[in-house]
Amino acid sequence: MTSPEPGHEERLLEISMGPQHPSTHGVFRMNVVLDGERVVRLKPVFGYLHRNHEKIAENETYLGSMPYTDRLDYICSLTNNWGYALAVEKLAGITVPERAEYLRVITAELTRLLNHAALLGFLLQDMGASGTPLMYAFREREKILDLFESLTGARMMCNYMRFGGCRVDTPAGWLDQARKVVADFPRFLDEFEKLLVTNEILMERTQGVGVLSRELAISSAISGPMARASGLNYDIRKVDGYGIYPRFSFRVPLGSHGDIYDRYMIRFLEMRESLKILEQALREIPDGPIIDPKSKPRGFRPKPGECYGRIEGPKGELGFYLISDGSPNPYRYRVRPPSLINLTVLEDLCLGHNVADVVVILGSVDIVLGEVDR
Amino acid sequence: MIGDGILKGLAETARNFFGSYVSKERLTTVQYPEEKLPQIESSRNFPFLVYDGAEWDAGMRCVACQICEKECPPKCIFIEKSKDKKPDAVGKPQFYPARFDIDISVCMSCQICVEVCPFDAIKMDVQFDLPTDDRFGGLMLDRHKLAKSNEYYHEIHPTEASAVDAALDAERAKAAAAKAAAAAPKPAASAATGTAAPPQPPAASTPKASEGEAK
Amino acid sequence: MDLASIQSELEASVPGCRLQVIENPAPCAQHSLLVDAEHAVLVATYLRDFLHFDYCSNVTGVDWLPKELSEKIKVKKTVDGPNGPEEKEVDEVRKTSVPGYMEVVYHLFSTTDRTGPLPLRMRTPNRDLTRESLTIPSLTPVWRSCEFQEREVYDLFGIHFDGHPDLRRLLMWDEFTDHPMRRDYVDPDDYEYEPTAHDEVLARLRQHYSTAGGPAFPQGGGQ
Repeated sequence: MTSPEPGHEERLLEISMGPQHPSTHGVFRMNVVLDGERVVRLKPVFGYLHRNHEKIAENETYLGSMPYTDRLDYICSLTNNWGYALAVEKLAGITVPERAEYLRVITAELTRLLNHAALLGFLLQDMGASGTPLMYAFREREKILDLFESLTGARMMCNYMRFGGCRVDTPAGWLDQARKVVADFPRFLDEFEKLLVTNEILMERTQGVGVLSRELAISSAISGPMARASGLNYDIRKVDGYGIYPRFSFRVPLGSHGDIYDRYMIRFLEMRESLKILEQALREIPDGPIIDPKSKPRGFRPKPGECYGRIEGPKGELGFYLISDGSPNPYRYRVRPPSLINLTVLEDLCLGHNVADVVVILGSVDIVLGEVDR
Repeated sequence: MIGDGILKGLAETARNFFGSYVSKERLTTVQYPEEKLPQIESSRNFPFLVYDGAEWDAGMRCVACQICEKECPPKCIFIEKSKDKKPDAVGKPQFYPARFDIDISVCMSCQICVEVCPFDAIKMDVQFDLPTDDRFGGLMLDRHKLAKSNEYYHEIHPTEASAVDAALDAERAKAAAAKAAAAAPKPAASAATGTAAPPQPPAASTPKASEGEAK
Repeated sequence: MDLASIQSELEASVPGCRLQVIENPAPCAQHSLLVDAEHAVLVATYLRDFLHFDYCSNVTGVDWLPKELSEKIKVKKTVDGPNGPEEKEVDEVRKTSVPGYMEVVYHLFSTTDRTGPLPLRMRTPNRDLTRESLTIPSLTPVWRSCEFQEREVYDLFGIHFDGHPDLRRLLMWDEFTDHPMRRDYVDPDDYEYEPTAHDEVLARLRQHYSTAGGPAFPQGGGQ
């Protein structure tokens, strides 16, 4: 199917897509070997954004690594913070008060909305719609980013979670503003639905393209919406039940074909489920302390031990593995990046398709190079 | 009919386009720099040092305890303690920073220095337009450039500044009350001690003089 | 199933394998299973096929440097006392050196049974930086997800994986020679950036430029 006829190897064209490319979602490079327009081999090359975050964390205190986790998956900084805080809390046995748990769920689901909205916008941009639907998605993102700025002080690099809760309580009127944003959001989703769901160009280019089978997904440890689009029913919010997620009723959308169309529709449906969780959380949030009263910003030394803590980030399973030896700095700090793991099957997805499909398939994997390279 | 979905999409785009002429919500472009968005109160950019009163040098709250320097993740703060002391807000003689530099090309606006400061001396500013063409020293803000008054702090972060002022006033009142209580019943002893023992600064260990050697 | 029953089942099914449960003192109690290098692939295949651990989520490398532990102990020794030699209890500091090693930790999950992390560890015999010593069998034939992550461990730690289909550097460029995540890694001091006033970095830079005889050290303003 994909190998060229013998004797025609000299007709193969090897091109390097990236690292400076408008559609590779960051500094990412793919060495693609083509036979005409069909992909014969594809090797991803990355490491252009490698900052050795894990080694920086070995020289910083536990709290000092928290701003660096913002910069891993820079679009979803609050979920990165939560993943790290969860791992440290499991390592040291710290409990989190209820209001802080609700705030964590609210900010995480808002981050999921941000990420999926940006991704749907970028899908249409990658297919050539020149940015108009992207700007509609970004218009909605602005409302949520304003919410984050009034809560945490920064739009993207929020640095909001602490070990044992959150850094600061909501300012006056924030919850009402959040409720308004959540109430207005379905209108945007309905508009976007008209752009996406029955669009013939989209359906032609995405249905049946980049199919990921369920067995390969499990063997390659694919997680997040990409795995659920292939039929793997594994959502860490339901499996591990971390935080207070068991209190909320929401469904997990599953796909059956595993192609690009499924991956986008899964994210679309996940946005609707996130809105449900947000409505419930914003209604039920109690008053109370925002952080464990025993915690203090300086002098945190967990006892020796190790821990692997993971959350369902918008891109997949974001895990942190920490080894502590009793000193203020971690001995080993490892980030399990969902973007990198999801990217390992890129060659399998692209074989046999055209070059034009490679860009759309890469977009559907949903990578952020800050996380792939750390 | 083929093309149905595309037509629906085009209707959506048209609605957004024509809607931007009639509804404020669909017109989201802000003509910067003639038009600026209102500042959200808790936004943060780079740190600055707060001083009380009119004199920036005399009224600075920083006592050069160097806690922010130690806790800063990218290590962008450089402090040198002074050799002498001057009295602080409650009257206790404290060191002050002879040199306090922040390299804002390294600073990542994480706000950890603000969180750990026991004296409410360093707070977050909101100015983001700080470009310079001096590549080597232009982005290194020294003590003078960092010092901004408490009134300015009230302008940019009113709620936070009022809370900080209330806490500092409560502390001064406590210090004055303790001084009055210590001075009143023992008028003979106060002649020997001079000023009565002032209370400790809020919530923190006393500044360690030995940290000065580290730099 | 808890770790002890997993261990006994594996020992029964894979003859000759040497397993050890490493206790984890943290509250999360994620105890791990240490596997010897010879039988690792068989143990992993058994875990995947019969115990339903089909999802290998995370592969980590850890570098344990050799360390010296000193402890104060009381020892009976013959010392010269005022009345001639006598036996006394004396405080002595005993130093034991713990040899270093590198290890690779795999976190396994089960999608069917929804069970939590099973950490699987493999250790090199020592920390000699030779290719024979730092070799560990690759588990890529068992779980496809190990492929890129083992490449990353090779890149950053230098551990060679036996049986990996395509072992080359992942994050650093191909001509790079050192392994950055080792605990004794020293970064090169000829940075090509404008120095900020971090004292040790500046000192090293000045020394590098003065000894190498290269271009003059750029003196920035405002220092």
